[in-house]
Amino acid sequence: MSTGHAFSAKIGWSRWLGQRLTLVAGMAILGLFIFMAIAAPMIAPYDPIAQNGDLRLVPPSFLHPFGTDNFGRDILSRIIWGARIDLQIAFIGVAFPFLIGTVLGTISGYFGGIIDTVFMRLIDIILAFPFLVLMLSIIAILGPGLLSFYIAMALVGWVSYARLIRTQMLVLKNSDYAVAAVSLGFSNARIMFRHLLPNAIAGSVVFSMSDAVLVLLNGAAISYLGLGVQPPLAEWGVMVAEGQSFISTAWWITLFPGLSIVVLAFGFSLFGDGLGEVLGVRE
Amino acid sequence: MHRYKFILYRPLQFLPVIFGVSLITFILVRLIPGDPARVLLGARSTPAAIANIRAQYGLDEPLWLQYFYFLKNLANGEMGKSILYKIDVLKLIATRIEPTITLIVCSVFLSILIAIPLAAIAARNRGGIPDHAVRLISTMGIGFPPFWLALMLIILFSVKLGIVPVSGYGENFGDKLAHLILPCLTIALCLSSVLTRSLRASMVVELQSDLATAARARGMPESIVFWRHVLPNSLVPAVNLLAVNIGWLIGGTVVVETVFAIPGMGQLLVRAIFSRDYMVVQGVAMVFACGTVLVNFLADILTVTIDPRVKL
Repeated sequence: MSTGHAFSAKIGWSRWLGQRLTLVAGMAILGLFIFMAIAAPMIAPYDPIAQNGDLRLVPPSFLHPFGTDNFGRDILSRIIWGARIDLQIAFIGVAFPFLIGTVLGTISGYFGGIIDTVFMRLIDIILAFPFLVLMLSIIAILGPGLLSFYIAMALVGWVSYARLIRTQMLVLKNSDYAVAAVSLGFSNARIMFRHLLPNAIAGSVVFSMSDAVLVLLNGAAISYLGLGVQPPLAEWGVMVAEGQSFISTAWWITLFPGLSIVVLAFGFSLFGDGLGEVLGVRE
Repeated sequence: MHRYKFILYRPLQFLPVIFGVSLITFILVRLIPGDPARVLLGARSTPAAIANIRAQYGLDEPLWLQYFYFLKNLANGEMGKSILYKIDVLKLIATRIEPTITLIVCSVFLSILIAIPLAAIAARNRGGIPDHAVRLISTMGIGFPPFWLALMLIILFSVKLGIVPVSGYGENFGDKLAHLILPCLTIALCLSSVLTRSLRASMVVELQSDLATAARARGMPESIVFWRHVLPNSLVPAVNLLAVNIGWLIGGTVVVETVFAIPGMGQLLVRAIFSRDYMVVQGVAMVFACGTVLVNFLADILTVTIDPRVKL
């Protein structure tokens, strides 16, 4: 009996893995990039910023698998160090909109009335602006740099989260357990954040992964336009911009940083899809 | 015609949004640091000349009065003068709007052409190899940075194959079209991955709907079931998705116009931000925002037209 039991458990585990292939693949990709970011000083073969005049525009080779740029810097090392910045962009760029949007959406949906109307009109107005246009204007005011990008993201990005949570709140606040909590005399804050929010948050968590893709692409685009991360710092969007003048001769300078963005974004998408399956959230 | 009644009153709901948009652009643009008069005069800036320019453009008035003038002029169809180009902002935008609109329309059209067949193949072979392939590609495609994809396409089609121009914009129609191929392809490839995912999902649902089953029971061939019943119904979420993504699309054109040096509104906006050309940033942001509102309105009309069940 015991062997049979162990056998079925084994089948169960492998079937679980098989069904969760997207989740596992997403976790593997994200794990790889997180490892790259943490271990950058140990695993990067060369200095990402030091220039070397003798090694300008070396094509991919055994010593430099991704080649070197016009300053003789190793592209692979720059990509490994760049993981630190680009992961940071995705995490911080999602975290603040997530927090702000969740709190505002909870309050808006729970209380309804005038608060709700004001927030909804504000969201309508912000959504009427093309995202990048609004972000570029905010960055123009605050000056180029990552901090401006994060502030712009926080000011603009919260609307999607607020909308998601608000819709959930409208349904949940009429549920039996919410009514029970009210009749027990719990405070509004306790009902909102301890009872309702945990049941409303799954959709936002899944959405935050596809949002991470957008934030990553926006951050890289802003840096590409020269308004985000500033050279000589190794960020993938900056690296693409630096390689642009050499695309007819040295394609590898632009190819590999862009591919890194694609693969990291793919990791976020897979992880989000897998998480959606596990949590039973449909997008 | 009853279903189309919303066309009459929906624009009234837009008024507060447009008003809010004008207020936000106005405030944002005034917050941009740097004195436009100083930028305009450059090395020739003396205090007297700066005061003169500020008076000429109304920059010395209090902010609320500037906003009042702004609204008043807006009502008369005026958005002030570009400090850099020295012409009316609306006239300036009029000269730049054509490439941007052409780019957006062609990209959307192209992305639909790419997405419908891919989604159809995936949905009709659900769970099979084509389905997995399409899902894999579209999931990956979402993460393609447009600026990078643009450069990759330039390397492939312009540098290696030499079949299309690298950048710029043509004089006559054919020349313009040739210059727009790569920019359109860039945006269309990025957009079609989002579109394919949505279309596939709704096609899968529609293929199992009672409506499709009933059509099959009447002996209708599967291909007619698909094209006559499944496709129109699954287009509704796609139309809304396109409308929601119009903001993303405009952002995409801003970046793509910069990469390909297309003289459109996106490029105008980026340059205006760098040169602190208040009136132009304000005008372009307003036009883009109104365009977004308008596109959402059109999407509502289109939804009602495609799907008789929808009531707005």
